[in-house]
Amino acid sequence: MSDRAYLGTRKGLFELRRDGAGWHLGQPQFPGDPVSMVLADRRDGTLYAALNLGHFGAKLHRRDAGSDSWTEVAVPEYPAKPAGSDDKVEWKLKQIWSLAAGGADQPGVLWAGTLPGGLFRSRDRGDSWELVESLWNVPERAQFFGGGYDVPGIHSICVDPRDSDSVLVGISCGGAWLTNDGGATWSLRAQGMNAGYMPPELSGEQAVQDPHRIVRCVAEPDKLWCQHHCGIWRSVDNGATWTEVKSAPLSNFGFVTAVHPQDGETAWFVPAEADQRRVPPEAALAVTRTGDGGATFSAARSGLPQQHCYDLVYRHGLVVSDDGRTLLMGSTTGGAWLSEDGGVHWQTISNNLPPIYSVEFA
Amino acid sequence: MAQLIFTQQLARFLPVPTVATAAADLRSALDVAFEGQPRLRGYVLDEQGHLRENVVIFIDGKRCRDRQLLDDALAPDSQVYILQALSGG
Repeated sequence: MSDRAYLGTRKGLFELRRDGAGWHLGQPQFPGDPVSMVLADRRDGTLYAALNLGHFGAKLHRRDAGSDSWTEVAVPEYPAKPAGSDDKVEWKLKQIWSLAAGGADQPGVLWAGTLPGGLFRSRDRGDSWELVESLWNVPERAQFFGGGYDVPGIHSICVDPRDSDSVLVGISCGGAWLTNDGGATWSLRAQGMNAGYMPPELSGEQAVQDPHRIVRCVAEPDKLWCQHHCGIWRSVDNGATWTEVKSAPLSNFGFVTAVHPQDGETAWFVPAEADQRRVPPEAALAVTRTGDGGATFSAARSGLPQQHCYDLVYRHGLVVSDDGRTLLMGSTTGGAWLSEDGGVHWQTISNNLPPIYSVEFA
Repeated sequence: MAQLIFTQQLARFLPVPTVATAAADLRSALDVAFEGQPRLRGYVLDEQGHLRENVVIFIDGKRCRDRQLLDDALAPDSQVYILQALSGG
C-alpha cells in the first residue's frame, strides 16, 4: 500500500502521509499558488508540480527523491506560428493539464499535455521540452475545440507498459490518438464514441469527441476506460474500438474514471447529475464501481457527504494506488476522501481544502 | 539611465533588483534585465515574446503602447514599472 499521496490545489500542493494513526495532511508547498498538475515519477522518486500562476504563466518545478527543495525547470513552449497560418488558436502555453512518465526503459522521458492542445516530450526530466509536431500538425486539429476550457487540451496520456513508444492521448475536444512509433505518426482511436452535442451527421466523427478522461489498466494494457462527455465507454483493444457502457447507475455524466491496475474489468466513476446541471445527483456524493467490465455497477456512499453536497470531481481528481484498493478523491470545493477497501467505504481527509485539481499516489 | 522596477510580487519566485539601462526602447531594456536573470523572461513575456496577458508595464506614468512590439521609446531618466495586472486574479 502506498503511504504517501499528493493533492494539487488552487492554493498549493499538499502532501498526505500515512502512519500508524492514519492519514495526515502536511503544510502546502507553493502556498497560495495554483498547482494544476502533480506527477510522482515512480521510476526515480522525482516529484513534479506544474503551477499556473495567474499573472506570470505556467511553471514547472521538480523535487528530487529524498530532497526537500524544489528546482524550477523548463516549461513546454510553442514555436512561432508560421506566417499565413489560418489557425485560430494562439500558439502559447496556457496550462500544463497532464503529466506522465515515459516507460521504464526511457529514464528521464516525460510527456506533458497542454492547453491549447499540444503534446510535449522531455528527454531530460523537464530541463527541456519539444513539441510533438506530428500530432500538432494533424489536419484534424482544425476540427478540435475547447471542452472545459476555451481551447482544446490534452488531459490523458497513457503510455503502454509493453512498449514505451506506444502512447495513447485523450483530447477535449479532439478524440483519442495513438502513436506506436514514439510520436512520429498518430492515428485516431475514438471509433465508437458518440458526441451528442454535435449535429447528428457529425456525432460519430472521431476528432470531435470529448473524452473527459481516459485511463489504461497496467496489467491488461489493451483495456481502457473513458468517462466521456456523453457517457461511459470502454475499449479492450487499445482504443481501436470503443463500446458504450450503459449500465452505470445515477448518471452517465461525469469527468473522471480510474481503473484497477491489475484488473481491467474494474473501474470507478464519480457521477454528476447531467451536462446541463453539473452537481452530484440529488446533492449527494457517490462513487460507482464496476468489477465486471461494466455489466453491473455498485454505488458507494459510505463516508461521503449525502446532504447539501455540490462537490464535483474533475478529470484528475480520482486515483487508485498500485494495490488496487486505496483510492484518493478530491473535489472542486475542497473535499478530499480516501478509501482503503476499493472504494466501498471512504474517510474524510478534509472538507476545507482549496479546489482540488489533481491527486496522485507516490 | 532608465530604471526598470519590477513588482516585488515577483520576488517570491526569483530575485528582481532594479535594473538601470541605457537602452533606448522598452524591449531592449527588458532584454538587458533578462540577460542578468534569464528565468525572468518567462515571467514577464510569453514564449512569443509578447507581454503576458496579466502583466502591465508603465513608462513614466503611461501604459506601454503595444504589448507585442514593446517598442516604446525610453528617455534617459525613464521610470519603467513592471507590475501585475489585477485582471490576473
